Amino acid sequence: MELLRLATAGSVDDGKSTLIGRLLYDSKSIFEDQLEAVERTSRDQGAEYTNLALLTDGLRAEREQGITIDVAYRYFATPKRKFIIADTPGHIQYTRNMVTGASTANLTMILVDARNGVIEQSRRHTFLSSLLRVPHVVMLVNKMDLVDYSEEAYQKIADDFRAFAAKLDIPDLTIIPVSALKGDNVVSRSENMPWYEGSSLLHHLENIHIGSDLNLIDVRFPVQYVVRPQSDAYHDYRGYAGTVAGGTIKVGDEIMVQPSGLTSRVVGIDLYGQELQEAHPPMSVSIRLADELDISRGDMLCRPHNHPRATQDLDAMIVWMQQGTRIQEGNRYIIKHTTRTAKTIVKDLQYRLDINDLHRDEKTTSLGLNEIGRVTLRITQPLFVDEYRRNRQTGSFILIDEVTGATVAAGMVVDTDI
Amino acid sequence: MSSIDYQLSQLDLLEAESIHIMREVAAEFERPGLLFSGGKDSIVMLRLAEKAFWPAKIPFPLMHVDTGHNFDEVIEYRDRRAAELGARLIVASVEDAIAEGLVQDPTGPRASRNSIQTVPLLKGILDNKFDAVFGGARRDEEKARAKERVFSFRDEFGQWDPKAQRPELWSLYNGRHRPGEHIRIFPLSNWTELDIWQFVKREELELPSIYFAHKRPVFWRDNMLMAVTEVTPADEGAEVFEQMVRYRTVGDMTCTAAVESEADTLDKIIEDVAASRITERGATRADDRASEAAMEDRKREGYF
Ligand SMILES: Nc1nc2c(ncn2[C@@H]2O[C@H](COP(=O)(O)OP(=O)(O)OP(=O)(O)O)[C@@H](O)[C@H]2O)c(=O)[nH]1
Ligand SMILES: [Mg+2]
Repeated sequence: MELLRLATAGSVDDGKSTLIGRLLYDSKSIFEDQLEAVERTSRDQGAEYTNLALLTDGLRAEREQGITIDVAYRYFATPKRKFIIADTPGHIQYTRNMVTGASTANLTMILVDARNGVIEQSRRHTFLSSLLRVPHVVMLVNKMDLVDYSEEAYQKIADDFRAFAAKLDIPDLTIIPVSALKGDNVVSRSENMPWYEGSSLLHHLENIHIGSDLNLIDVRFPVQYVVRPQSDAYHDYRGYAGTVAGGTIKVGDEIMVQPSGLTSRVVGIDLYGQELQEAHPPMSVSIRLADELDISRGDMLCRPHNHPRATQDLDAMIVWMQQGTRIQEGNRYIIKHTTRTAKTIVKDLQYRLDINDLHRDEKTTSLGLNEIGRVTLRITQPLFVDEYRRNRQTGSFILIDEVTGATVAAGMVVDTDI
Repeated sequence: MSSIDYQLSQLDLLEAESIHIMREVAAEFERPGLLFSGGKDSIVMLRLAEKAFWPAKIPFPLMHVDTGHNFDEVIEYRDRRAAELGARLIVASVEDAIAEGLVQDPTGPRASRNSIQTVPLLKGILDNKFDAVFGGARRDEEKARAKERVFSFRDEFGQWDPKAQRPELWSLYNGRHRPGEHIRIFPLSNWTELDIWQFVKREELELPSIYFAHKRPVFWRDNMLMAVTEVTPADEGAEVFEQMVRYRTVGDMTCTAAVESEADTLDKIIEDVAASRITERGATRADDRASEAAMEDRKREGYF
C-alpha cells in the first residue's frame, strides 16, 4: 500500500490538532481507550465537548496550556492509503518544530481561521512549506461553523491565499472549507455548504497523485557505511551501503565516485542476501563495484556525465532555529550534508527575507530565531550538492553548534551555477 | 517507464528508513548498544540490524534490562536468538541493582519492578560506555512517545526534555553529544503494531510462544487479564479461571496483561490486530494507568 506523509501548518489555535483528531475520529482510527482518556481529560478540564486536539497534544505542558509545543506523529490507514501525520505547533516560538514536521512531508495542510483570514503566521508557514518544497498543499479554511458557513467569507480568504501563494512555488494547491470541530468536509462532504463542489479532505488525501514526487533521473548514492565482513565466507566482500537519494541504479551501470573521479561498474546490489537488479529512492541497499577503489563514508556514487557539484562554497537559504543566538558573518558551525560532516564559516549574509511581502532586507547583519535568509558558506572540504529544488536529499543540510551540539539551522542549496 | 512502479510499499519504505537510521548510528557513534528484550518490537529491530549490515555481523552488542520477573519463554528465546547471531548479550539486572542497594525492591500486593528498571538501564549504559542506545519504542504506542525524535538526546542523568528537543530535519540525524551524554535511537518510530506483525510474517520471524493463543489460569484485575504466576498470585477474592489468551506486549510479568484471543497463527493475529479497538498498551499495561502522564514522567527520568 502507498504511504503519504502529511504535516499540518497554520497559526496557533486555527484548529490543526482538532482537525487531526476529527480526521482520526471520523475515519474510525481512534482506539476506544484513547477516546475514553480524551473524554475524561476534557471533562476534567470543564470542556463542553470532547476536545479532539488532546489526541495529539500528549505532553503535560501542552495539555496545561492548550497549545501544541512539539510535533506529534500519528498513523492511520484507509483501504486506499496509509498516512503518517505530523501535527505541528502554530505558535511562532516553536516554528522549528513545524519545520521538522514539514521537512519529510509530501503534503502540508495549512489551516486558516475563517474569522481571522490569512495572517502573518499563516503566510510564514505557507512560505516555509514552499521553501521546503513540499509538493502538495491543501489550504483549509477552518471554523466555517463560526461564520455561518458563508461562501462569501470563504471566497475572500481563498482569493487572499491564492494571491499570496502565486508569489511562491507551490506546484499543487487545493482549497477546502471545513469545520474541524463539527466535521464538515473532513471525511465526508458537508450538507452545510452546498455551494462547495469539491471533494472532502479525506477523499482528496486518498486520491492525490504522489508517484511523480521522486527524482528518478539523477543517480545519487551517498556512501553511508562500508560493509566489510570479518568472516571466511565473505572474506573479499566489500559493499557500499547507503540510501539511494536519486535516480535508478542498475547492475551493469557505469558509475563515478566523488571526490576521486574514478569510475567503475556496478556488479551487485544487495539487500540481506537478496541480489537486486535495480535500486531507486529511497531504498537502503549495498552496492558492489567491479574494481577495488578507495571509497569511504561521505563519498558519492553518481554517473560520469551526471554528477552533483563538488564545492567548498555554497549559497543557501537557511532557517535559523535557535533561541538566544544569532547567525552572522564570521560564525563557525558544523555542517552535516548527506553522509558528510565538515566545518563551515559564514562568509556572507546576503539578505533576510521578510515573509510577509517577500522583501529582501540586504542591510541585515544577523538572523535570529525563525528568521530566514540567504547565506554564502565556505566549507573545510568539498560537499557534493544539487540544488534543493532538484533533490531534497542532496540539496539539504543542517548546521550544528560546535560546543553544545544543538541543531541550529536548516539549509537548502540554491543557485548551483557551475 | 511508469513512476507507479517505483513506489515502494509501506513495509519496504519503513524498512529502508530503519536501515538508514541503523547504519547512520554504526558510522557515527563509537559504542552503540541495542536493547533486546525478546519482545516483538526488539525482534523486528534485530532483523533490521541484520539486514543493515549483512553479510557482516551486527556491529554492536545487545543489552537486556532483566527485572527478574520476565516470562521464562521470553528469556529462553532471548538467549537462543543472541547465540544464533553470535551476538554479545549484556544483561543489566534489576535483581543485582537491588542486591547492591542501588534501588529498593517495591513491596506490597501489586508491587512491580517496572519503574525501577530505569536504574539498571542507566547503569548499564554507563558501565558499557554506550553513546547510542537503540530502543524498539514506536510512536503509535503512547502519546508521549508520539512526540519523540528518532535521535533522542539524553543528558548526563539520562533525562529526556520534551520541551527542548532538537529539530530533526529530512533524514539528517544529529548525534552530537558530550562525554556522559548519550542518544537514544528509535528506528521503529514510524512503525505501527500492524506493521510489526506484517513484517514478522513477511520475514518469517520466530516469536516467543506466549504471543500466540494458549490456555492458562488467569484472573481479572482492573479490567485486565493477569496470568497467575509466582510473582503475580491471584488477588484476594479474585476468581481464577482457565482462558485462551495471548500477549500483545511482553514486559515485566507484574505489569503486563494478556488479552482473550483464539489467534494461534500469524494470520489470525494480524486479523485480530487489524480489528482491534484498543491500543496494545491500553489493553495490557498497568504501568501506563498510574496517571495521565505516566509515560512522559518515566521517560523524563530516563526510561526506555
Ligand atoms: N468553532 C470551531 N472551533 C474550532 C474549530 N477547530 C478548532 N476549534 C477550536 O479552536 C481551538 C484551538 O484548536 P487547536 O486544534 O488546539 O488549534 P491548533 O491549531 O492545533 O493550535 P496550536 O497547535 O497550538 O498551534 C480549540 O478550542 C478548538 O476547539 C472549528 O472548526 N470550529
Ligand atoms: Mg495543535
